[in-house]
Amino acid sequence: MTAAAESGTASSASAPSAAPELPLVLLFGNPNVGKTTLFNRLSGQNARVGNYPGITVERRVATVKLRARGDDAEPRGSADRFDLCDVPGAYSLTARSAEEQIAISCALGLNGNPRPRAAVVVVDAGQLIRNLYLVLQLVELEVPLVIALNMIDEAGENPPSAEAISKLFGVPCVATNGRAGEGTEELRRAIAQAIETAPRGRVDVDYPTALEDDVTRVLGALPEDWRSGDERRDRALALWALASIDEDDELSDIDPELRRVCVQVRADAGERDIDFEVIAKRYAFLDEKAPSLSKNADPHPPKPKTSEQVDRVLLHPLFGFVVFIGLMLVVFQSLFAWANPAITLIEQLVTWLQSLAQATLPAGFVADLVSQGIIGGVGNVIVFLPQILLLFLFIGLLEDSGYMARVAYLMDRIMKSLGLHGRAFVPMLSGFACAVPAIMATRTMERQRDRLLTMMVVPLMTCSARLPVYSLIIAALYPPTDVFGWIPVQGLLLVAMYLFSTTITLLAAAVLGRTAIRGRRIPLILELPPYRMPRFGSTLRMMWERSTVFLREAGTVILVCTVLLWGLLSFPKPPETGSSPPAQTAGEVAPASGAVAEKTAIEHSYGGRLGKFIEPGIAPLGFDWKIGVGMIGAFAAREVFVSTMAIVYGLGEVDDEAVPLREQIRAETKADGRPVYTPLVGLSLMVFFALACQCMSTLAVVRRETKSWRWPAFMFAYMTTLAYVASLAVFQIGSLLGF
Amino acid sequence: MSPVNLAETPLRSRVSIEQVGGERAFRRRLMELGLVPGTSVEVTRVAPLGDPLELLVRGCSLSIRRAEASEVTVKALANGQ
Repeated sequence: MTAAAESGTASSASAPSAAPELPLVLLFGNPNVGKTTLFNRLSGQNARVGNYPGITVERRVATVKLRARGDDAEPRGSADRFDLCDVPGAYSLTARSAEEQIAISCALGLNGNPRPRAAVVVVDAGQLIRNLYLVLQLVELEVPLVIALNMIDEAGENPPSAEAISKLFGVPCVATNGRAGEGTEELRRAIAQAIETAPRGRVDVDYPTALEDDVTRVLGALPEDWRSGDERRDRALALWALASIDEDDELSDIDPELRRVCVQVRADAGERDIDFEVIAKRYAFLDEKAPSLSKNADPHPPKPKTSEQVDRVLLHPLFGFVVFIGLMLVVFQSLFAWANPAITLIEQLVTWLQSLAQATLPAGFVADLVSQGIIGGVGNVIVFLPQILLLFLFIGLLEDSGYMARVAYLMDRIMKSLGLHGRAFVPMLSGFACAVPAIMATRTMERQRDRLLTMMVVPLMTCSARLPVYSLIIAALYPPTDVFGWIPVQGLLLVAMYLFSTTITLLAAAVLGRTAIRGRRIPLILELPPYRMPRFGSTLRMMWERSTVFLREAGTVILVCTVLLWGLLSFPKPPETGSSPPAQTAGEVAPASGAVAEKTAIEHSYGGRLGKFIEPGIAPLGFDWKIGVGMIGAFAAREVFVSTMAIVYGLGEVDDEAVPLREQIRAETKADGRPVYTPLVGLSLMVFFALACQCMSTLAVVRRETKSWRWPAFMFAYMTTLAYVASLAVFQIGSLLGF
Repeated sequence: MSPVNLAETPLRSRVSIEQVGGERAFRRRLMELGLVPGTSVEVTRVAPLGDPLELLVRGCSLSIRRAEASEVTVKALANGQ
């Protein structure tokens, strides 16, 4: 319900705006037919990523020259370029959800979409009839059309004839091989021609008379802005409405009267099965024409031989899982460990730039703002790039090769029982490294509800930023001894934290999937496309596009939050006492003051005051105001907790081992002399960090992916509540038991 | 013995679709993918965990779950086993 509820609000949010209106050409096609490759072939280097009006699905748009360089043979009139826009892959225009509805809205220019001048429909020559089903719908709707008969190389010895297809539908058809780049120029010329001549084809499917009568009734209820005045096109749209609209569909902007009539007509049909009449008659038409389109018209062709052989291994009950686990380990390891050198390099570069700024700028507000706020903020953004690039490298290769569909196939049984989509596996796994790329990876799922559910639970996985916090607490508060003589307590605790977070994540998925993000259970229909050699070109392009979108849209939010947090923890400054340096300056080591009672700069800041303000609220969890300040600082990124605590205790910079900080933590006492940190407080703190949404970057990227503040707000609220309640339970029950 | 539905169809035997049942959007999509009455279909594989099934229809590998497959009624082909 969520997708439908949100659509229709931000209609003109990010429509691409070219100053002089260029002709719009849409690119249609079934999934896995090489649509993206053809798009890239036509567009060259200039694809932009935008959003469909009112919905969080992205589209790619590119301005394409009508003529290749040097091809001046045919002079043209007004425009010499056109906008090529990608439409999400679809098997049919019939729709039940707002996402599926995009295709028809784009094709006809309904619901605030611009009307296209022409459309290209990409057809897989190896799956001809099923692909022509979509072509047939577009022709019925009289969309000016060019057919790209793609993957002609995979169609075997007797490929379908482009001429015969062109003749059948009455629109141009060009044979292409997107992977090899063959036929691209011919396709470009056909598009140029189509923009001028608007070739509308014609098919005459022999629908039953009763169905034609139904269509006439629906036609009468078609709202004014859906009509074109062209009888055939309007009847085709009425047929679409009859086949798509239900009393409980999730379509957006459907006229209530139209819905009422469609439901009524279906009710009046009685024993007749309208969906069946429509689809079976279309297939009867296509199956009858099939022999004239291709000499190789075997009604039951075998699965491609190589794919079958590869599947014998990759879907094997034993070897299949061995390979699967191996591949997933590589993905996980790369995010968890292989990205580290690049991350360290970025961090060192940021530190170096910060000290450079401190050294060159006159000491004071500007120098602090530039080094701590701005350079630190930019660092907080680009530090995610290594993991984002790596994850999308793997996703690109897995998708392109056809293996991602097999992941869903292998894992469906398990994921279904959790209420998650099979494709949620890779994002969930990535969550063990970092939630930010993992949330971006949810876009491999088509349904808004599946994406949302995965996004909302992924931040509960133990990401690598929690590790420094856990290691500090465990090393400081738990003895390096063994239980039962051989299990180290410290290691056991860390494993327990991983198990705890994974369990909670799966439970949260089960609960949220049945409550806040409930969705109609959709039966699985999964195509297992033939294995193909992945192309690095389009994978690199996707890595580039995803990274720039992250930098541009999530990056700005992260940068602003960093500056705000810096301000919160730096102002107001304590009254001048002469020699005491600003406690937060990077690279400077404040002397560890023996007198703990002495006020540090941070205590004087708004952040410090905020820590004291929330102290009564967090005291039942076992935390004092200093921990409160650390939690506020950790909002920049969880590991910042460690450095913030060091600043709170006036220890200055700490190294990875944080030995002075550990000692300080053990030594901290309350007014009555009892220690602040007991093992129970440590456990409560770890539980809090496991569950709380202590990460502004996660929130920024959720906002970017959902295009609203509603879902990040929900995420923050539910995770913080969960964390608070769990820590409260741990501390209070633990205290009662005498720990 | 003729199989009654796709979930009961033995592996690798070709059958012919008689009728597609189930929830509207699902059966509509399945028919739109070419599973219309009279189409040959073969259950080529069962996922390692027992669900879903892999079907071969019109040269395309599709996967659906057992629960839904049991709503697709089929009959043995005249020249089948």
